[in-house]
Amino acid sequence: MADPDFHDHVADHADHFADHPVRSYVITSGRARPSRNTIRPETLLRVDPEVPVPVSASRRTRELLALCRGVLSLAEAAAYLKLPVSLVVVIASDLVDSGHLSIRSGPPRHALPDRDLLEKVLNGLRKL
Amino acid sequence: MVSASSEPTPYVPATVAQSVKILVVGAFGVGKTTLIGSVSEIPPLRTEETMTVASVGVDSLAGLDAKSTTTVAMDFGRITVSEEVVLYLFGTPGQRRFWDLWEGLADGAVGALVLVDSRRLEDSFEVFDQLELRTGMPFAVAINEFPGAPRYATGQLREALDLLPDTPIVTCDARSRESCAAALSTLVDHAIRFPLPAKASV
Repeated sequence: MADPDFHDHVADHADHFADHPVRSYVITSGRARPSRNTIRPETLLRVDPEVPVPVSASRRTRELLALCRGVLSLAEAAAYLKLPVSLVVVIASDLVDSGHLSIRSGPPRHALPDRDLLEKVLNGLRKL
Repeated sequence: MVSASSEPTPYVPATVAQSVKILVVGAFGVGKTTLIGSVSEIPPLRTEETMTVASVGVDSLAGLDAKSTTTVAMDFGRITVSEEVVLYLFGTPGQRRFWDLWEGLADGAVGALVLVDSRRLEDSFEVFDQLELRTGMPFAVAINEFPGAPRYATGQLREALDLLPDTPIVTCDARSRESCAAALSTLVDHAIRFPLPAKASV
């Protein structure tokens, strides 16, 4: 059971991760689902510096906006904020709707990435 | 594992406009995080999700409810493969009870690299079930060659794992950057040569 990939005990991580159900719902104003479904863990986000942070922004919102001064994926932002991906999707969706965050990478494809993109990935991997 | 807050955030280069992902899947302790760490340009990051899961099989304990809340850790890494494209590698637990976690992950993925420990082949059966029955994603198999693990011929492995003739099987050392990059290349090459129709319903 001592597996480095996996942890089965919420209690072990309670101090590190703010993913207790109650707190998560407080952070997202009670919502479990995002306002849009175009944000995936690998979606690249960046703050729009022209749009001022709303005065009513919560601490988590401010932290996310501060983090996204450069290009970062949603998963990276979640990891740095120590929040579950599903929760950061909700916060980020609101910020995309309000124009504070822009989605840098194109909308995720339900189909496989196109051949041209795959070729770029393959060429990059072969250079490693 | 997560870098200290005093360190600057390693941002994706500003020229990058597209992101893709590969899932690195496999059983407990098979070396997913090691592989990701070997090829990632950033130290592997971890996110955690709380999931309600059905307790089944060997994980069930007498007297516990059939469902319980579990924290699932997902480690991931990043490779900027060109000026415009960044590749993310998401380590995903393969057990049946975590299949719901795959819902948002499998969507749009290049494919999955299935990491297998040749001493515990049977641990990966559930992973193959998931890939074949639920995702329709291209996948390749990488045998992580642990020291002292038995070495099988590719044909034997293909038969033992009940894999199609087209499914690539490679050996790799999850600690080696070159070896892991080669295994990932095999998967991407496979995805290019054998394009699968997108999953019908999501």
